Amino acid sequence: MTVRQVTRIAAARGGLRVDWAELWAYRDLLYFLTWRDVKVRYKQTALGVAWAVLQPVAAMLVFSVFFGLLARLPSDGVPYPVFAYAALVPWTFFANAVIQGSNSLVDQEALLTKVYFPRLLAPTAAVLAGLIDVAIAAVVLIAMLLIYGIVPTLALLTIPLFLVLACVTALAVAIWLSALNVRFRDVRYTLPFLVQIWLFASPVVYPSSLVPAPWNLLYALNPMASVIDGFRWALLGTAEFPGLRLLVSLAVVALLLVGGLRYFRSVERSFADAI
Amino acid sequence: MPSSSSDVALEVRGLGKRYEIGEQERYLALRDVIARAVTKPLAGLTGRGRSDRSAESDRIFWALRDVDFTLNHGEALGIIGRNGAGKSTLLKILSRITEPTEGEAVVAGRVGALLEVGTGFHPELTGRENILLNGSILGMRRTEILRKFDEIVDFADVHRFIDTPVKRFSSGMRARLAFAVAAFLETDILVVDEVLAVGDAEFQRKCMGKMGDATREGRTVLFVTHNMTAVESLCARSIWLEGGRVHADGPTSEVVSKYLSTSFSLQSEQSWPDVQEAPGNHTVRLHRVAVHPEGGSSSDAIDVRTPISIDIDYWNLKEGARLNLSLHVYNEQGVEVFNALPYLEREWQGKPFPRGLYRDTCHIPANLLNDGLHRVELLVVENSAYVIFHMEDALLFDVRDDPIGREGWYGNWEGAVRPQLAWETRQLEAGAAIPEAMRD
Repeated sequence: MTVRQVTRIAAARGGLRVDWAELWAYRDLLYFLTWRDVKVRYKQTALGVAWAVLQPVAAMLVFSVFFGLLARLPSDGVPYPVFAYAALVPWTFFANAVIQGSNSLVDQEALLTKVYFPRLLAPTAAVLAGLIDVAIAAVVLIAMLLIYGIVPTLALLTIPLFLVLACVTALAVAIWLSALNVRFRDVRYTLPFLVQIWLFASPVVYPSSLVPAPWNLLYALNPMASVIDGFRWALLGTAEFPGLRLLVSLAVVALLLVGGLRYFRSVERSFADAI
Repeated sequence: MPSSSSDVALEVRGLGKRYEIGEQERYLALRDVIARAVTKPLAGLTGRGRSDRSAESDRIFWALRDVDFTLNHGEALGIIGRNGAGKSTLLKILSRITEPTEGEAVVAGRVGALLEVGTGFHPELTGRENILLNGSILGMRRTEILRKFDEIVDFADVHRFIDTPVKRFSSGMRARLAFAVAAFLETDILVVDEVLAVGDAEFQRKCMGKMGDATREGRTVLFVTHNMTAVESLCARSIWLEGGRVHADGPTSEVVSKYLSTSFSLQSEQSWPDVQEAPGNHTVRLHRVAVHPEGGSSSDAIDVRTPISIDIDYWNLKEGARLNLSLHVYNEQGVEVFNALPYLEREWQGKPFPRGLYRDTCHIPANLLNDGLHRVELLVVENSAYVIFHMEDALLFDVRDDPIGREGWYGNWEGAVRPQLAWETRQLEAGAAIPEAMRD
């Protein structure tokens, strides 16, 4: 006689803890959902993969003209275009990941109401799918470094670290917002605005050295400030290694993520009814 | 993780699911929550806050209540009931899409749900890509899907289109592919909701066969359907849900016949004893309309092999009126099956009617109507030219399917009528005439 796993289905089953064993059992689905998001994103667009480059490059051009050329914002001694683009690569990833991730549950309503799978996989896959864009946008970044004759130091090797931080930050935000989005569709309309505000709260168009020293730690409450400074430090040698600020950011992300997971778990059961 | 080796696959105890009618507005706007927060701080932000509002009990609706049953491994259970009886809610709880409000279900083994075929298909992805995606959505490991890939494609019969985006598939192909993926999922408990609604005859036969195999392999099947023929042939036992509660639980044949005899608000007879109140006009008034098996009463069941009579009793109030009736019979799809007129009637046809009460009987032979609901529309025509009276819903009756003689085919029998037609097959020439090379 075979031994079968027993599942008990009842109200408020399992508490608020994340069922890591179950997530692990569904790892293939995470892979396929990510893979689907990547494929589908470019399948029906005329420009296809070019979009991954177009978005940050266009932003870089606009920023260079208005903030670099006209407003003459300082750029820590490196040409403004490459200064902006080094920040736009992680920023564009983050902005898209937050938007896609936050809409992931609502956009997959049909799936959510008909099949069970750990719901956390939906925002996670949406965030991970954005990493492909980073890889593509990085090609242009390398070209720009060559054009401007900037040779990165060994600090370049820390890039994955900052990318992971950007990824986890996006995930933490997406977990919160995707769950809230199911109950409050206001989230969908607030997102573009939120992302725009966040852009100016991060050192994308300006260097973080513009922020007065007493505000430094407060500024670090925005993990993306640390991510972008990390990118600039690793690639361009400008800015300084975000050291203490990085610790503050890590703490913020950890709190955001743990809180997000708990909130997500608390409302996860009612998704199918509320959506 | 707890495990079990007993015979029980599924034990459902006191299961209930409550909805609030307000939830039909589908989602909340933040302003609603803010407005509510004034009266009850924070209640709106967590999922549980909503169910605490007991003051609004009049808005509460139990989709499922006090449901108890036990299912052993290898058993196939049919779940029948009207729309809105709680069948889908039950399946959704068992497949963990939504959680119950009260009670519990203990499931031993992996549950595979086939709630709506094609869920999770992405139109932009190819058939191949969708098999992988859909398989993993249903909980299959990648290696498992790849191992079964060829079988799935074979079963769905979509070889030529396997690298075409699914948006170019016909709905039939899409349904076949979706069922195939789910059918090859190796789960202990298979939950199936209305698959037979899709696909062509050949494919439906394959689906039924596959589900029969599943039960024979010792997999437990929960099958929700409106198709009584299918449930009778697949499931030894059935549950009839009514208003969210278990109304009957037992051998399928008993449950189904109980269900059929009470489930439709049919109108097999109407009568108006008082001529003054009866529908009609100054020329004609109805007395009674009824449909019944030939020689039976209007409460008797009718199936496709039953000869049927339709009686129309009416008062002729106008001396010398030349009347004839016209019956229009429509099926469930709204297709007019036939229009019958009394032209073959010998005694009164074309003659002036003296005042009085008359009965017209229309005889519908056996093996004419297909199964399903039929509506009878009645017209009274004067002088073969003027429609003087018209009643749209004179009668509504159900022609039941006949499970015998279907040769293993359980899907819908197509067509507005279902005649038993004479047929013959003859061999015109012996096989010797076929060239050697062409023999298979």
